[in-house]
Amino acid sequence: MSKAIRDIYGETLVELGAENENIVVLDADLSGSTRSKMFGQKYPDRFFNMGIAESDMVSCAAGLASVGKIPFVNTFTVFLTTLGLIATRAQVCYGELNVKLAGAYCGMSDALDGATHHATEDIAVMRSLPNMQVIVPSDPASCRWAVRYAAAHQGPVYLRLSRETYPDLYPAGTTFQPGEGKIVRPGTDCTVFAIGIMVHKALEAAELLAPQGISLEVVDLVSVKPIDRALILESAARTGAVVCAEEHQIYGGAGSAVAEVLAWGGVGAPTEFVGIQDTFTETGKYASLLTAYGLDAPAVVQAVQRAVARK
Amino acid sequence: MELTTERQHELERLCRQFRRDVLTAIHKAQSGHPGGSLSVCEILTLLYQHRMNIPSPEDPNRDRLVLCKGHAAPMLYRNLEELGILPKGSMDGLRQFGSPLQGHPAIHTPGVDMPSGPLGIGLAAAQGMAIGLRLNQSPARVYAVLGDGELDEGAVWEAAASAPKYRLDNLCAVVDYNKVQLDGTTEEIMPLRDLEAKWTAFGWHTVRVDGHDLRALNKAFDAAEATKGKPTVIIADTIKGKGVSFMEGQAGWHGKAIDPDSYAQAMAELEEVQV
Repeated sequence: MSKAIRDIYGETLVELGAENENIVVLDADLSGSTRSKMFGQKYPDRFFNMGIAESDMVSCAAGLASVGKIPFVNTFTVFLTTLGLIATRAQVCYGELNVKLAGAYCGMSDALDGATHHATEDIAVMRSLPNMQVIVPSDPASCRWAVRYAAAHQGPVYLRLSRETYPDLYPAGTTFQPGEGKIVRPGTDCTVFAIGIMVHKALEAAELLAPQGISLEVVDLVSVKPIDRALILESAARTGAVVCAEEHQIYGGAGSAVAEVLAWGGVGAPTEFVGIQDTFTETGKYASLLTAYGLDAPAVVQAVQRAVARK
Repeated sequence: MELTTERQHELERLCRQFRRDVLTAIHKAQSGHPGGSLSVCEILTLLYQHRMNIPSPEDPNRDRLVLCKGHAAPMLYRNLEELGILPKGSMDGLRQFGSPLQGHPAIHTPGVDMPSGPLGIGLAAAQGMAIGLRLNQSPARVYAVLGDGELDEGAVWEAAASAPKYRLDNLCAVVDYNKVQLDGTTEEIMPLRDLEAKWTAFGWHTVRVDGHDLRALNKAFDAAEATKGKPTVIIADTIKGKGVSFMEGQAGWHGKAIDPDSYAQAMAELEEVQV
């Protein structure tokens, strides 16, 4: 049985706790949901529940990092990247402090709680901050790597996690690097640059498009910042059409990051953006929300068809 | 910690010198915050020149200070210069492009333990240092120096709630209570009401002193060190612009460049009191 991304995260944090006594964990009264409680139960002396006080939590983590600790900060993605933002910018990033921000419920994964709890602008916010790295796991193996990478890297890292279960993509032992994307399905007619759940939707779309004679390449960006410029330019130049797919607003997120690279590199492939189209979302079952906001395989298929038609 | 009369007089002389040097730097930069730099003078000078243990700015067991009211940076920089952590002459670079002396404290400046400037978030970071140092079994103490206008920020009270939860007796907050903020008096802009009662209710050991009286401040810091199981806050009654008659208590001198006539008069006043 597959585990949710948040469970993989919680387990990996517990493993790291045993390996490195400088790892400390903070939460803002959501540790049962974020799964940081697993660490708290094992290492109560290194676990700090700061109450519903995100700014206090991030600043506290900045202070902990300044004296040599490696703090992992946990709460729902949307609160971390809004209420925790001033401390993230002015202390963590400006101070180049070794703080790891784990946004537990990305996109619409806190589906039934509605728009206030959906995190659909977090990548735009976090990737704009100097010194911040942005990593988006797409399956259990990439999630395990991301948590371990965050702990090992000296400097701020933002992990975009999910309440949801993502199917396996990568065999155990797959190696990842910051700034390195993965071609998870090679193709010749169009490239989908995707993150998180949308990598899986893009792979489904590739199956649907194959009978139509459209060969789709699917790239899992994994690392949104730094981003794999070489792979983006090479793949887009080769296939000649691009679709960006993310569970995020279309403005400012991973799709924008890809478009920046294409513009910078002078690769003028027609580009379509699959994402939330500048709107607030609603309460609903996760799968139906993905469909309602154009984040399922048929939506990717249509975007690919549009991009290919514009070649 | 003992403060002999002789040492007290030395520190008083240093304070006068620091006030002159800080105003000179702000005048030269034609930008900065005179009022809050002058009010916090004795607090920072007593801590840095007398009490804090800083064998080197990298020593893991050094005492830390977060200047939450980062706009008083010139007084912090002048203290760091006196300790030799910043090279002599550094004050000339205040607010200049390329200088380590940024408008508000930056982590890259030697001796700065935490960037600061946006108000409200410094105390929480100081709390994190205190928790981390305790985990490291370090004897170091952590100081957080806040402004009174800063207490308008809700984030201050998040940290005010959490630091006592963690029984951080290695943490001491100081409120530079000069009763004036940028747009007017604290009473006009946002009344602070009974500050001692507020901090006490949050679980802090609360001490109130004259923030320009080195001997009283020193006793308050002694009391903070002697207090176990909870953090201490020292509410230091101060005068905004202290030492320069026409700046004292004036919101207009919160963040204002100093014109040549005012500068000359300020220097003359700070000269007169020199004995």
